[in-house]
Amino acid sequence: MMKLNRRDFLKVSVGTTGLLLLGSPKQAYAHDSPSQSSWGVLVDTTKCVGCWWCYAACKHSHHLPETIQPDPENPPELNSDVWTTLATRQEGNQWLYAKRQCMHCVYPACVTACPVGALQKTAEGPVIYDANKCFGCRYCMVACPFGVPDFEWEDPTPWVRKCDFCADRLAEGLAPSCVDACPNGALKFGNRDELLAEAKERIAGASKKYVDHVYGEKEAGGTSWLYITGFPIDKMGFPSLDSEPVTVNTQRAMGAVPPVLLGVAATMAGIYWFYKRRDKMSQIKTNKKEASG
Amino acid sequence: MQKKRSFPIGTSILSALVVLGLAVMIYRFINGLGAISNLSDGRPWGLWISFDLYCGVALAAGGFTLAGAVYIFRLEKYHTVVRPAILTAFLGYTLVILALLVDLGQPWYIWHIMINWNVHSPLFEVGMCVMTYTLVLALEFSPVVFEGLNRSNLPVVKRINWRVPWRIIRTIQIPLVIAGVVLSTLHQSSLGSMLLMMPTALHALWYSPILPVLFLLSAIAVGPAMVIFESTLSTRIFGHKLDIDILGGLAKVIPYILGLYLLLKLFELMAVGEIGLIFTAYPYNLLWWGEIIIGVILPIILFSLPDVRRSRNAVFVTSILVIIGLMFNRFNVSMLALGMRPGYIYFPHWMEFAVSIGLVADALLVVWLAYRFLPIIQHEETAEVKA
Repeated sequence: MMKLNRRDFLKVSVGTTGLLLLGSPKQAYAHDSPSQSSWGVLVDTTKCVGCWWCYAACKHSHHLPETIQPDPENPPELNSDVWTTLATRQEGNQWLYAKRQCMHCVYPACVTACPVGALQKTAEGPVIYDANKCFGCRYCMVACPFGVPDFEWEDPTPWVRKCDFCADRLAEGLAPSCVDACPNGALKFGNRDELLAEAKERIAGASKKYVDHVYGEKEAGGTSWLYITGFPIDKMGFPSLDSEPVTVNTQRAMGAVPPVLLGVAATMAGIYWFYKRRDKMSQIKTNKKEASG
Repeated sequence: MQKKRSFPIGTSILSALVVLGLAVMIYRFINGLGAISNLSDGRPWGLWISFDLYCGVALAAGGFTLAGAVYIFRLEKYHTVVRPAILTAFLGYTLVILALLVDLGQPWYIWHIMINWNVHSPLFEVGMCVMTYTLVLALEFSPVVFEGLNRSNLPVVKRINWRVPWRIIRTIQIPLVIAGVVLSTLHQSSLGSMLLMMPTALHALWYSPILPVLFLLSAIAVGPAMVIFESTLSTRIFGHKLDIDILGGLAKVIPYILGLYLLLKLFELMAVGEIGLIFTAYPYNLLWWGEIIIGVILPIILFSLPDVRRSRNAVFVTSILVIIGLMFNRFNVSMLALGMRPGYIYFPHWMEFAVSIGLVADALLVVWLAYRFLPIIQHEETAEVKA
């Protein structure tokens, strides 16, 4: 049997339903296409020793409440007070770590989802959040394919919280505080394209040490944060994602809104006119009949 | 007389539920959402989004389907049920907005959506359409209120000529109805577009690029079913009879819409080669079969039988099947088959139920008051239209 993928099916189904109008996929998310010179961070998990300094530095620079020294057996999850943490896993007597924070997607689902535009992808790379616009609908949290944005559940005036890539530090020419804090070179800040090239070089240079995959190069259309690992990263709870941005189908459907609006309005007006006229004509007919009869 | 006496017992239960819901809401605004709900970072949306938003908006579709049928397609036969349909739609949308005021983190900033537009967001569209359409429904229903005021003997009220605003609304009635159909088409489908953002989280049995179309079709199908359901109930409570011809006529359209819905759904699954999931994807396939059998296949069969369409009880019961099936579908796509973040389980807190139930009780009380005091069923407009 002929097998189509979802996109092909959409193209086929448009003819049948006549309700969705297509733009080309590129157009569909062109409005937030990335700047070529945007910032990124390369995470090399083989160099991470699990010191949690990134975690502490993040708490400090964002004035988040301090908590006790994290325990690798029970690492803190991302939440409104934890914007970066380590995913941990014990293999034999060795601990594996993978830093978790917002991935700063190239095509961020949260930015498309937010009804009030409180989340924005800046040209420099960070996906930033403006609490002055947010009203707490939490669609960003549901839409994020990496499960990153978190909510202040216990607060009567709650906001959404997540890593902001230290956007204000970047604006001053500084690296993110977690990168500055890392003592072992597991985090490297720089131009995303250059970091991607470097990631591939590192893998090529030590192919036994690394899994041959740069996580974040293509996942969900690419992310500003890139990972190279010595273990399959999905073992650490990182989702396996398509290279297509998760926003594509939504953007296509939303592109159909203006034509559907006009089309339905015109059709309804036309139908109204048609039936009104039909009733009028039959009225005239019966009147004539009565007159002649 | 007995009926009149028995209902106030119902109203006092409803009032108690409303008060309980209000108490929970007050508690929520002091202690935060975490205190009254089992929502979490892994389950940011729960009962209120699934029941009040997703089911609520779809079940209020009777307003635009009936208004469209009567005023645009000129199916005069259904004139008597337009007013109840518009009233319940208006109350449904009010309920949706009230529920969102509880669900939103900071509802006092809800006006932000009117100044900070993100036209790429399906939720922006849903929000704008729901607000505008609620206003449209209020205007569509307002002639009934003016008629009621016109008859009343209250001191100041009776001096005002309520015919004036009544005529103004009547002259813009057709544009209002068309606006209602357009706004409904847009936001009923956009509720489906919202889910398109979750290609990995929403189970493949439900995820499909044609979700917006499926959402619109199922809403159009449940519209007449809701009208059958609530007009049958109101005739039982208030004692007036509704022509079986009207109920049967509404029932007759439903199989066509549901049939198209089912075909599209199956065709999409076949086209992407995932039709096998309906047998293999245990336990999710049980949810899928549940909503399809209850809400689609059974109603198609039953409503196609002339004997069913001639029986008030059978039409009533079958319309309930359509409604349950639709709610089943909306719960599947927005809760049961939507694994927002792995490793989290969710069952609503009792206070989440209290809020939702309190809001439904609210709406039922208003319906009861409206039937008592406003000319919902016998109205004078038909005479006016012909004149």
